[in-house]
Amino acid sequence: MTDQRPNPDELLDRVQREQAKARRGKLKVFFGASAGVGKTYAMLSAARQYRAQGHDVVVGIAETHGRAETMALLDGLETLPLKAIEYRGRTLREFDLDGALKRRPALILVDELAHSNVQGTRHAKRWQDVEELLASGIDVWTTLNVQHLESLNDVIGSITGIRVAERLPDKVFDQSDEVVLVDITPDELLQRLHEGKVYIPEQAREAIQNFFRKGNLIALRELSLRRTADRVDDQMRLYRKERSIEGVWQTREALLVCVGPEAGAEKVIRGAGRLAAQMEAPWHAVYVETPELQRLPATERDRILQALRLAHEMGAQTATLAGQDAAQVLVDYARQRNLTKFVVGRAYQGRRPWRRSFADRIGRLSSDMDVIQVVRDVPDERSAKPAQRLDWSYQELPRFAPRRYGWAALACVLTALVATPALQYFDLANIVMLFLLTVVLVAMKLGRGPAVLAAFLSVALFDYFFVPPRFTFAVSDAQYLLTFLVMLAVALIIGHLTSDLRFQARVGNRREERLRSLYEMARDLSGVLLPEQIVDISRKYIEGSFGVRAALLLTDERDKLQPPEFAGLSVDLGVAQWAFDHSQPAGFGTGTLPGNPLFYLPLRAPMRMRGVLAIEPSDARWLLIPEQRRQLDGFAALIATALERVHYIEVAQDSLVKIESERLRNSVLSILSHDLRTPLTVLVGTADSLSRSRPPLGEAQLELATTLREEAYRMNALVDNLLHMARLQAGEVKLDRRWQPLEEVIGSAIKAREQLLSNHHVTVSLPPELPALEFDSVLIERVFCNLLENAARYTPPGSTIEIGAHIEGTEAHIAVTDNGPGLAPGSEDAVFEKFTRGERESTSLGVGLGLSICRAIVQAHKGRIWAENVTSGGARFTFTLPVGTPPTLADLPEENDLERGATEE
Amino acid sequence: MSKAAASALIIEDERQIRRFIRAALEAAGYRVLETDTGKQGLSETAAHKPELVILDLGLPDMDGIEVVRRLREWTSLPIVVLSARMDERDKVTALDLGADDYLTKPFSTGELLARLRVALRHRAVVGDEDSESIFRVGDLCVDRVHRHVTVGDKEIHLTPIEYRLLAVLVKNAGKVLTHQVLLKEVWGPGYAERAHYLHIYMGHLRHKLEKEPARPRYLLTETGVGYRLAVE
Repeated sequence: MTDQRPNPDELLDRVQREQAKARRGKLKVFFGASAGVGKTYAMLSAARQYRAQGHDVVVGIAETHGRAETMALLDGLETLPLKAIEYRGRTLREFDLDGALKRRPALILVDELAHSNVQGTRHAKRWQDVEELLASGIDVWTTLNVQHLESLNDVIGSITGIRVAERLPDKVFDQSDEVVLVDITPDELLQRLHEGKVYIPEQAREAIQNFFRKGNLIALRELSLRRTADRVDDQMRLYRKERSIEGVWQTREALLVCVGPEAGAEKVIRGAGRLAAQMEAPWHAVYVETPELQRLPATERDRILQALRLAHEMGAQTATLAGQDAAQVLVDYARQRNLTKFVVGRAYQGRRPWRRSFADRIGRLSSDMDVIQVVRDVPDERSAKPAQRLDWSYQELPRFAPRRYGWAALACVLTALVATPALQYFDLANIVMLFLLTVVLVAMKLGRGPAVLAAFLSVALFDYFFVPPRFTFAVSDAQYLLTFLVMLAVALIIGHLTSDLRFQARVGNRREERLRSLYEMARDLSGVLLPEQIVDISRKYIEGSFGVRAALLLTDERDKLQPPEFAGLSVDLGVAQWAFDHSQPAGFGTGTLPGNPLFYLPLRAPMRMRGVLAIEPSDARWLLIPEQRRQLDGFAALIATALERVHYIEVAQDSLVKIESERLRNSVLSILSHDLRTPLTVLVGTADSLSRSRPPLGEAQLELATTLREEAYRMNALVDNLLHMARLQAGEVKLDRRWQPLEEVIGSAIKAREQLLSNHHVTVSLPPELPALEFDSVLIERVFCNLLENAARYTPPGSTIEIGAHIEGTEAHIAVTDNGPGLAPGSEDAVFEKFTRGERESTSLGVGLGLSICRAIVQAHKGRIWAENVTSGGARFTFTLPVGTPPTLADLPEENDLERGATEE
Repeated sequence: MSKAAASALIIEDERQIRRFIRAALEAAGYRVLETDTGKQGLSETAAHKPELVILDLGLPDMDGIEVVRRLREWTSLPIVVLSARMDERDKVTALDLGADDYLTKPFSTGELLARLRVALRHRAVVGDEDSESIFRVGDLCVDRVHRHVTVGDKEIHLTPIEYRLLAVLVKNAGKVLTHQVLLKEVWGPGYAERAHYLHIYMGHLRHKLEKEPARPRYLLTETGVGYRLAVE
């Protein structure tokens, strides 16, 4: 505990946060208690000041509501034109996100963060526009009223009696970089309202007047002040943490909120969200789907999904789990993730008093965890509103099927018919058994409803036809009442059990089906070699499994999505590209461009995005069902991986072809070079023989012979270079690196080019402290040869060529400098360009090749090479070699021993 | 040329090359035999016992290195190898297997004759080593009896290893010595892998003996192969 250092995870967290922030733009929120406090005014005044300091400020959208003072502030600020959007015959104006991204100011003002966009824009909410702006590195200033905060929505709703539809996830507010509270007293606000300085739409005048009561305003002001204070407090804590002021690091608390099917779950979630925010703890929202819950009508399941979605928007991590006992599953989940507190909605008193409440059950299972009960809301109109009822693949058996009831009745009647003749031979008690058997069979085959019918019918038939007095429903013996009861009970129990079993089997079947289709798709995809096959297979499986239409969009080389070959879907490439670029789902049922009829799911493979899956779902609910979504994600992952695999197959084949052609070229080159050697040898030898021939040749002939010989040598040098290049390119050259003095190769290079350098002064000045370097002597000798040859050829006779070297950091710089005319300006890099067919032919061929070989060799030694002109005139070619630690002679035997050995010799 | 009519066998598949070598050798007073395959070369050597062999490493029927190996199984006659390959490893292998010297194509006939002379002389002196106790080239003088090294008038002090290195080179003056051979001769068989010793001591030796160590006059580098002490 005395350790004052922040723990590494915290540090890493901080670094990552800072890095993410460095890339993102900064968000500043002008925060107020209600409309009319002057947020827009404050924002615009601040923006003017900021602009006056020379910053690039653009107004994206500012709601001035025609107020003169505010309008005046816009004067002189660059304002982005709004985008006109046709919606139901009307033209509406919205903030132009693309225009803003294109304009890319340093700072953009976007008023009213909680605003909902008109349908047909890219995002449903303005805060999503702002997110995109921030993500692209643009700073944003915006305004927000406290009542729009999601977590405070119900609190404020209950204070003011007005629910606002435009709500902002708290995380957007919490993650903003700066919050400026714009505050005026309620009296002052009322005064302004009175003076008509607050904009109120005509049609809502009355409701709004109600809203602007002093009590409301005080409450709102308190909430906004408190929310801001919480933020300041958080910042303080963060600051302390970053400065490592706190001595003890608290263990991280985390909340788990249980989402159930009961009404009011949203209130529980908001409560948990607030708690988590206060505790500054991460939180999870979990829904456990028990078989019981799976049988809930679609409306209720929808509500649960909506609740989970709300939790997700508020920043919770959400999960849908499956299990028999919800409490047990939740406790296990909490243990695995080290969550310390449960938040559950409080159960209504008096309902099923014999049952332990859910909170109690959790408490019993986890004595070491806190259970916090939150008040549940009475169902409000919104959550009670029936969601669209739509059929989906996970359909239960029809609730009422007259046919099955008919069969049940028929079975009972048949039993009665069979039993009638048997009455002579058997006891009534055994006759009952026949009916019981029928009921059990009906329950097993036809389900619970028909079983109940069968039970009642059997009782009736038994009573009427068999129990004395026969042919009346009167019962003489009271003991038959027990028989009736048992028969009913058995029918109900069996019916219940079998329908449960059936349901389980159906769930199991579905699951197996899902797994099988995943498995089969994986199997089919594993053998695929072409992207087109993947397109076909994916469509087959997705359409087969979900009964929806789908298309796969693939990218070209420049990561642009291509329209699908399958023309059945009206794919919007713009939306698809957005989903691809942002690696987020878009379109129908998502927050981005929900107006599009298709759902676009980006295909993320391990290395990168591989394409987009476009699906035409029958309805939005389809996407919300967790099983469905999971399977779709599974498909998407499989497709992405397959696409990536196919991509790499293509890459591998390409490179194989490249390698093959390279190899062919090189072998041709090397045979060519080899075959050129022989005639060259003959040429040199013959010229030599000529000059040595007896009687001696005349002066002129001798000179011719010498020229012949020299040109043959020169040609040989060219062939050497060609061969070297061929080998270097083929990657065939294994460097034979050894520790050796540089001096040695310089010496042998000068000697090899003696003839060529006979008219030049070559000086070598190496510092005595130059250490041995590790290099391939043959190749580095070639570098020197080529540099010397180059210098000799491009300087007039009598020029000086100087070879020098020095150490700079971890590199040895080796320079060959001449005092010739130097390089043509601008050609310093071009001289190393590799000679390529069709280019740079003519005179520079030999030299270009020589220097590009130098570069290849130096680069193979992890060095660099460059050319420059020296101020005193002439060109300098410098290359570097890494300096390492040469082996020492420490392990060498004592010289004395050797001396003794030597004297004995 | 003191030894009249030494015989040389040329094993080379290119007729044109054979022709000019023959011309050059005959002009220098050699008797010349020639053949174009490795197998024939081996049998000709056995049949005619030439005094030296000029062997091309790139023969059509068998690897020249193999020819060197086979020859060295039974004879110590001088072998000078011709190579058109760029790979120094072939040359080094041939030399380590016992070839006396090498030439890279294209070569001048002057060079060839010089190599042959050196090779022949070394064969000749194998018997009586004391005949040349004092070695001279240019200003360098090595008195092998008194272990005395001078450059011009200046006496040079050498450490024992430096002297041994120089002595090995003097003994094989004019002939290329591979790194392996030098390491084995100077340091012993255990040091074959420590080429950097050789580079360092050769550097010392050059700084003591050469006027311009970076442009040596006596201690020549055969890059990638070894060293040679100049004889002229």
